[in-house]
Amino acid sequence: MATDRAAGSSRPLSPHLQIYRPQLTSVLSILHRGTGVALAVGTLLLVWWLVAAATGPAAYATAQGFIGSWLGLLLLLGWTFALFFHLCNGIRHLFWDAGYGFELKTVYASGWAVVATAGGLTVLAWIVGLVMRGS
Amino acid sequence: MAMRSSLGRVRGLGSAKEGVGHWWMQRLTAVALIPLGLWFAASVIAHAGADHAAATAWLATPCTAIAMILLAVATFYHAALGLQVVIEDYVGGEWLRLALIAAVKLACVALAVAAVFAVLKIAL
Repeated sequence: MATDRAAGSSRPLSPHLQIYRPQLTSVLSILHRGTGVALAVGTLLLVWWLVAAATGPAAYATAQGFIGSWLGLLLLLGWTFALFFHLCNGIRHLFWDAGYGFELKTVYASGWAVVATAGGLTVLAWIVGLVMRGS
Repeated sequence: MAMRSSLGRVRGLGSAKEGVGHWWMQRLTAVALIPLGLWFAASVIAHAGADHAAATAWLATPCTAIAMILLAVATFYHAALGLQVVIEDYVGGEWLRLALIAAVKLACVALAVAAVFAVLKIAL
């Protein structure tokens, strides 16, 4: 067990990750984790915004000021894609959990569908959001 | 006959007859977050750049407050479970792993309470 990790172990190792050519399946798998962690960090902004709104106009203005800054908007763009990707790919995972969609062709088709839907929804959300904000 | 140490049982290592609980709650919160996540995304778009009066008036309506509280609870439950798996997979040191998981769970509870209280303060 733990002793196997010692430096002198002669047990064979499976090839390291960088040996493999990136595939859609593996890239989307790690992206699901990455976006999940990113969204968890993003909840900090949501809680800040909610607590600021509950505190009063001055605190709310500070939060809105950060969200409206270049850094805030850039983070928001990233979190928009992360939310839609994690949502779409999460639905893909739920289908797998139910036992559907394991054929290699289906796995690739659903993977590209997730990428296209998440990208499309991100663009749509920002177009509508910017139009609403401008009006 | 118990084949595990008392410490192993307390920390949920090995079969404690609730191994499926983590997996199941991750899926249950995921299903809940499909409608809640779509509602949240649409709401943020609809209220982009709203001033304090408009934002609090929106948060104070019962439907919004209820949905926001459900979103916060489901999100932080889901995040705590997900982050725990990520830490278990990538953090090697046993004590560091334990400390990180504990910190993540406590932070998720604290943030969920903060979000729920903020919504209630605005709405009530």
